[in-house]
Amino acid sequence: MTATFAASDLNLRNRRIQQRVRILLMVMTVLLVLPVAIILILLTVRGAPVLTWEFLTEFPKQGMTAGGIYPALLGTIFLVAVALLASVPLGVAAAIYLSEYAGDNWLTRGINLAIINLAGVPSIVHALFGVGAFVIFFGFGTSILAASLTLAIMTLPVVIVATREALQAVPLAFREACWSLGATRWQTIRKIVLPNAVTGILTGIILEVSRTAGETAPIMFTGAAFFLPFLPESVFDQTMALSLHLFVISTQVPGVPENFPYGVALLLILIVLLMNALSIGFRVYLRGRKKW
Amino acid sequence: MVDVSSVTGVKREELVLDVENLSVRYGSKRALNSVTLQVKPHEIFGIIGPANGGKTTFLKTINRMDEFNSSMHVDGTVRFLGKDTRAWRNTYALRKRVGVVFPLPVGLPLSIYDNVALAPRLSGVRDKAELDLIVERCLRRAALWDEVKDRLNSLGSLLSGGQQQRLTIARALSQDPHLLMLDEFSIAVDPVTTMRIEDVLKELRSTVTIIMVTNLVQQARRLADRSAFFLNGDCIEIGDTEALFEGGAKDTRTTDYIEGRFG
Repeated sequence: MTATFAASDLNLRNRRIQQRVRILLMVMTVLLVLPVAIILILLTVRGAPVLTWEFLTEFPKQGMTAGGIYPALLGTIFLVAVALLASVPLGVAAAIYLSEYAGDNWLTRGINLAIINLAGVPSIVHALFGVGAFVIFFGFGTSILAASLTLAIMTLPVVIVATREALQAVPLAFREACWSLGATRWQTIRKIVLPNAVTGILTGIILEVSRTAGETAPIMFTGAAFFLPFLPESVFDQTMALSLHLFVISTQVPGVPENFPYGVALLLILIVLLMNALSIGFRVYLRGRKKW
Repeated sequence: MVDVSSVTGVKREELVLDVENLSVRYGSKRALNSVTLQVKPHEIFGIIGPANGGKTTFLKTINRMDEFNSSMHVDGTVRFLGKDTRAWRNTYALRKRVGVVFPLPVGLPLSIYDNVALAPRLSGVRDKAELDLIVERCLRRAALWDEVKDRLNSLGSLLSGGQQQRLTIARALSQDPHLLMLDEFSIAVDPVTTMRIEDVLKELRSTVTIIMVTNLVQQARRLADRSAFFLNGDCIEIGDTEALFEGGAKDTRTTDYIEGRFG
């Protein structure tokens, strides 16, 4: 009997199916990327000419139909900064506790469930919670503080989950080796675990920034203003914000030049992309510096 | 209470380790059943036996690593240097007197120098000259100094497996332990390095007591003064290593294991 290397009908059919599946999957993937590409191209074409230095550094003029977006840009930076000041210490501390101290019992399982659910709460619900808790109950009024704390609570799960994953990526063997040297849990965390998790934690924080910068609902009732002719002087003042400003000039104010909203949208997306690029940069840096 | 002086030839209060009826379970899974054994000063005590025998678990109970594992439950008494390890209020101080070397070398992601200086630093040594002394002494005792003395600041985790394992020995020695516990130290190390480490252990015997878990029976024969045979969580037999290997084992399972009929 001679060995035949000719493909049977079945072989050919399987190969045809495999090729069709491959093309189908590829088309689906391209379809997925298409909207993103269209958004980016459209925004760049129409928005880029708007983004001049003057646009970034001037106050809005003539009922927001001219001038720039300076107070909104600055306001978004304030909101994000104060939100980070609140959520990073809280989130990192909670993650360290959950990852390094808490045992596997009903309480920690409950806490984990709560964190996952917190991530799933719609942002408008966070907004109303923020009004009730920070604006009214704590008496902060509609202010940067109230808006930032609302944003902080909304983004806490991001920080906690990212930090916990970064901590758990540090091998248990390192901890055991350190414990066997007579180190306490905290010494082990400080000397071995945290230094090796810090880049992962930073990545999580950056992702949080990009999420915080774009949110509208949580801030529109708690501290972001329609229009302000001056900059906030303290965290108890209201502020303008990019995301709300985009909403306002797109839908609420007549006579805004057609390209203005595209410019603001492009700026918001650029901020988010910049943050994501930073976080990718950190990951690459982390991989290059990985010590084990 | 059983008189153990006749077994070990050492007075009870001089024993390094005096373990009585030690049982361990993880959740409901039993890992160690009522183990009783004694370790004398300056001996190399071998623990042999097939996998899942409770050998590693035994080591973990000595330096109270159960504190870090909530599912691990320990019963019975372990006396270290005459004192019940449950009675050491400061378990960190206990752990400092027990050096551990793990099966897979764990070079911490620190420089070679910092790896060895970690334990002294944790206990408060800040003086650079003193740290230098400790680091050099420990690396010399672990027979690693000549290979790394010119690159103490490079990463410990980038050394070869055999070098890392000697680094972990140096690190374990940096706390001046009374007892050094090695858990299958040669599992990830080539034969030549294994022989080097074995020579190191023979040297160390004059200053520290050593417990050595190994799944290489010939290694136990080469090094251990006395050996215990662990099987499925039971300590089947303890005896002088030579006697065990020369057919003096009382339990046929010990003989079968030593002669390679199972395990």
